[in-house]
Amino acid sequence: MKVIGFICEHAGLPAAVLAGERGMQYSPDVLLVRLPCSGRVDVVHLLRAFRDGADAVFLAACLEKNCHHLYGNLEARKRVEQAKRILDDLGLDGRRVELFNLASNQAFKFRDAAEEMVRRVEQIGPNPLGVKK
Amino acid sequence: MIIGAQKPLKEICSMLEGHQNILVAGCRSCVAICLAGGEKEVGVLAESLRLHSDLHGKGWRIDEVTVERQCEKEWVRGVSEKVGDKDAVLSIACGVGAQTIQALYPQVRVMPGLNTSNMGAPEEQGVFQEKCGGCGDCVLHLTGGICPIVRCAKSLLNGPCGGSQNGKCEISPDVPCAWDEIYQSLKRLGRLDMLDEPLPPKNWLPSRSGGPRKIVNDQALFTIEEKALRGKRE
Repeated sequence: MKVIGFICEHAGLPAAVLAGERGMQYSPDVLLVRLPCSGRVDVVHLLRAFRDGADAVFLAACLEKNCHHLYGNLEARKRVEQAKRILDDLGLDGRRVELFNLASNQAFKFRDAAEEMVRRVEQIGPNPLGVKK
Repeated sequence: MIIGAQKPLKEICSMLEGHQNILVAGCRSCVAICLAGGEKEVGVLAESLRLHSDLHGKGWRIDEVTVERQCEKEWVRGVSEKVGDKDAVLSIACGVGAQTIQALYPQVRVMPGLNTSNMGAPEEQGVFQEKCGGCGDCVLHLTGGICPIVRCAKSLLNGPCGGSQNGKCEISPDVPCAWDEIYQSLKRLGRLDMLDEPLPPKNWLPSRSGGPRKIVNDQALFTIEEKALRGKRE
């Protein structure tokens, strides 16, 4: 299984670091990609991850109304929604991509997000492109 | 500007069936402004098609290009290397752009990835409103700068009709009555007197009913001498 997590520098990353420091366990199949802001993510990035065999992709972004860059997380939400529609149209299931809003000190929310995506893949099944690779 | 919206992804995928080398061609002009066919949209659509191809083993080779104005031969000629080895071009410019590519590259099948809708303007982020019907005989100077041809559901020249209620059109409470807007505009301008004179029946010959229209600007035409000096260009 391969789950990609795009994490913003101001919430997702510190929450992930804190989760590590506190010894919180989450699946080793979760690979993290650091972004300066969740608004940096593009629909192309999300789709490319699936082409490269990811079973699920998630974003860990600042809480709404608390984005370090004011509205980057709102832009990210729109892109995730667009990616969901495309995945549904292509028959890959839009539930494979999700956005989670959390604060930098909410390590448990980060762990829960990672585990939620792993659960979803177990429920939906693997990405056929990942199986081929 | 010309307003359009992307066709459903499933429809685009089925159009492309049977092709292998596909170029997704966008335009940086009107359709980029209405967020339907610019460079960004080309990238997302191309990636979606690659994902579809990989999932279904189509083996599509998807390339991308975005030209400044797909309706102008000069810009479209500039991408001949990109089009050269393709067997299909998916144009997400307006219908004019798609036809320009087809005219210049008759050996390649051109398909529309966009439904071209109208001539309009952005009202706010993400909202695009039809403003001009291209009737060929503009009356905006008589109607307070508001087009009755396209903004009135009935294209009335002497409105409003009985369906105008509280400034809204009877077709939908979200649609303003153009003739109410015309009245308000003329009132602001202090020219309500213009409504005393009914507008005469309109000459529709310059509109679509006269067949495809062509405008020739004599001043811009090259003379035989100029053509000789500039060299032959198609």
